[in-house]
Amino acid sequence: MIKYVIQRLFLMLLTLFIITGMCFVLVRMLPPAELPPGDIHTQVIEARREAQGYNKPYLVQFGIFLKNVLTKWDWGVSDKLYMGQEVSAIFASKLPATMIVNLYSILLSIPIGILLGIIAATNKNNFIDHTISTATMVCISVPSFVYAFLIQYFLSYKWGLLPFLVKSGTDYFSPEMFVSMLPVILSLSLGVIASFTRTTRAELTEVLTSDFMLLARTKGLTRTQATMRHGLKNCMVVVLPAIFGNFIGIMSGSFIIEKIFAVPGVGSLYINSINGRDYPMFIMLTVFYTAIGLAASIVVDISYGFVDPRIRIGSKK
Amino acid sequence: MNHENIPREKFTVIGIGKQEVTEALSVGGRGYFFDALSRFRKNKSSVIAAYIILFLVLYAILAPMLSPYKITDKDTVYTGYPPYIEAVSRLGIGLFDGGTVRTGQNETQLAALRAMGEETGMDPVIRIMDEEETVTKFRGEEKRTVTYKLRVNKYFETGVVFRVMSETEFQKIQEYQNRTGLQIIYPYVKKEDIGGITAAPNIWYKVSDSKGTPLYDSDDRLIPAYSTDKSSEGAPYDSLRIDGDDGNYIYSIKKAGALECRVCYYNYYIYANGHAPMFALGTNSLGQDLFSAIGLGARFSLTFALIVSAINLTVGMIYGAIQGYYGGNTDLVLDRIADILSGMPFIVVATLFQLHLAKNVGVVGSFLFAFVLTGWIGMAALTRKQFYRFKGQEFVLAARTLGASDGRLIWRHVFPNSLGTLVTSCALIIPSVISSETTFSYLGIINLSDFVGTSLGTLMSQGQTSMTAAPHAMLFPALYFSLLLISFNLFGNGLRDAFNPRARGVEE
Repeated sequence: MIKYVIQRLFLMLLTLFIITGMCFVLVRMLPPAELPPGDIHTQVIEARREAQGYNKPYLVQFGIFLKNVLTKWDWGVSDKLYMGQEVSAIFASKLPATMIVNLYSILLSIPIGILLGIIAATNKNNFIDHTISTATMVCISVPSFVYAFLIQYFLSYKWGLLPFLVKSGTDYFSPEMFVSMLPVILSLSLGVIASFTRTTRAELTEVLTSDFMLLARTKGLTRTQATMRHGLKNCMVVVLPAIFGNFIGIMSGSFIIEKIFAVPGVGSLYINSINGRDYPMFIMLTVFYTAIGLAASIVVDISYGFVDPRIRIGSKK
Repeated sequence: MNHENIPREKFTVIGIGKQEVTEALSVGGRGYFFDALSRFRKNKSSVIAAYIILFLVLYAILAPMLSPYKITDKDTVYTGYPPYIEAVSRLGIGLFDGGTVRTGQNETQLAALRAMGEETGMDPVIRIMDEEETVTKFRGEEKRTVTYKLRVNKYFETGVVFRVMSETEFQKIQEYQNRTGLQIIYPYVKKEDIGGITAAPNIWYKVSDSKGTPLYDSDDRLIPAYSTDKSSEGAPYDSLRIDGDDGNYIYSIKKAGALECRVCYYNYYIYANGHAPMFALGTNSLGQDLFSAIGLGARFSLTFALIVSAINLTVGMIYGAIQGYYGGNTDLVLDRIADILSGMPFIVVATLFQLHLAKNVGVVGSFLFAFVLTGWIGMAALTRKQFYRFKGQEFVLAARTLGASDGRLIWRHVFPNSLGTLVTSCALIIPSVISSETTFSYLGIINLSDFVGTSLGTLMSQGQTSMTAAPHAMLFPALYFSLLLISFNLFGNGLRDAFNPRARGVEE
């Protein structure tokens, strides 16, 4: 198991390294942002650029970049959006909002999703199952910004139940902040709920028809007992890894939802850095998002092995 | 008994040329495709989805042709207006009447709306939905105020606007009026005649205060406040005059070297465009006709998705076929490459392509490259799996023994067996391409406006910004878009179930 984990981690780091290198070179090939003459930050940024080797070959630049990141956690300075500020500091200041919003949404959606999945699976092919499955289908097909619009229009504007945008400030755990985050949490949750419902339903219907369920019934367990003790346990083999994967994903956030509700988070920072052509910021966030994506997939794969030791995804055996 | 030498006469012929035997054999087999089609037909939701897709595609093709507007037509006054078709609105069934709800309107506001109807003959008030009376104490006196909830026609509510125009334009409108009998220019009202209220072109009657409370004569009628000051008249007017005008009212004044006059915008619109406003789905915040804009955006999305799916299908199939067929080290290396490409978030790929290539190959071209760069991976993985499944089977072995080449084995023997799976997964790629294409134009990372005029994503992001004033500008594109995605997914699922009945309900 340890050997397998180490092997997967090594491969992941290699992939991350290659992607980072490619993106870095591609970004550095673009002309760097022009600095406003006379601005107090211009000289600082120019000095930093000189130190980062902007006039040297790309591979040398990449070497300096890696050395700075690994030894000093220095990702450069923002040269468009936040003139002269450390990219890593801005990133760190944006991370909490994203994480909190996503954490709430996961805590809300996992129980609901699994519960709906169980209800649908145990009522297979009747009215309840069809309703839940159709709703799941709709929620998965429609992108989040459409129901973000519906939530914002009806809950916030038409009926005035919730605030329009997320409250500014950094008091992330105050009650007002929580209320103002509710529309965001709802918009984020719908998709997650739908995907959990679908996974749970698909797995559970398969498990419920297997032989050991019949055995459990024949030895005298009621339907509920058999489902709870044997059915659920076996369907968790697939559902649990998905939950772990989602927990890694809470850091990445959603570009669109954060933009719509003005969440001061990483997603909107990324969109702004792309639209504002802030390259140092763009590189850091690209590395971050790539790492999150790779980490999530690796966690999912490895946790299969922990949940059910017979499974080794991606290994040769 | 001797079985080896049975005499010939003991045999009798029972079957040659007999009708029943040939009949039994002529029923024929049911082909794979026919079988799948009949399974698909049984899946009601997928069939309905197929019809919805057909309708949406027809809409995308026909709507921009049917609409009198081009995407470059941007009305400056009718921005964010609700759906309106003149012929339907006359029926009074509450549809396409340009109606919007106004709450908390006081009596002065209601009177102003009614007065607009009296002047131009187009009453903005469709109906009074609710009336609320509140009694307040004001300096010891009880004061009754009534507020109304109204449904008003927003197109008529615009009423009369001030318009500055040249003298030739003024002459042209007069000629048009004489020809058609449509009153466009209304007599001018000076602000000193209406209590000094400025920028209120719709007040044409005498008022008692600066809020615009109208004065009534003994017959309870509004008293016109049209200017008769011939000295300030801008240009001679010799055309239709309104009722009650004995030739003294002036129809324009001089302003900054040109003329300013009061123009009934609805009729002016007919003069300028040759037809009455006809926005079947309303206009967005830029004044574009949503009916044709949605169709235009959808045209692009659908074509783009089809092209992307076709390319991804081809590339993915070839790549996956090589991977799956040769296996071993080839598979390992190719799989690493696919792994690295799939590890890159799509947003990064799209952005980098946009930054590097957009100048050379255009926005759409670079976007297409971005999709193609990563999009085939799923298809390749699927093909690879299918190849692993089939390549060890006896029929492939038999063909190999007979001396078939690698290419022949791949394309003639293994590939046709996996085609069903691949084609059906293509039906599921289309919605995902449409979805991400729309997401990117919604976020503003990709700007397609120069190429196609607009896109569903652009329309929705414009709709989002004017959400409170004109929710329909978001609702209609979102509705079209959601319907498209839902029905494509349903259709794809139905196809998949029909082509591989064993995989029913398994999500891949």
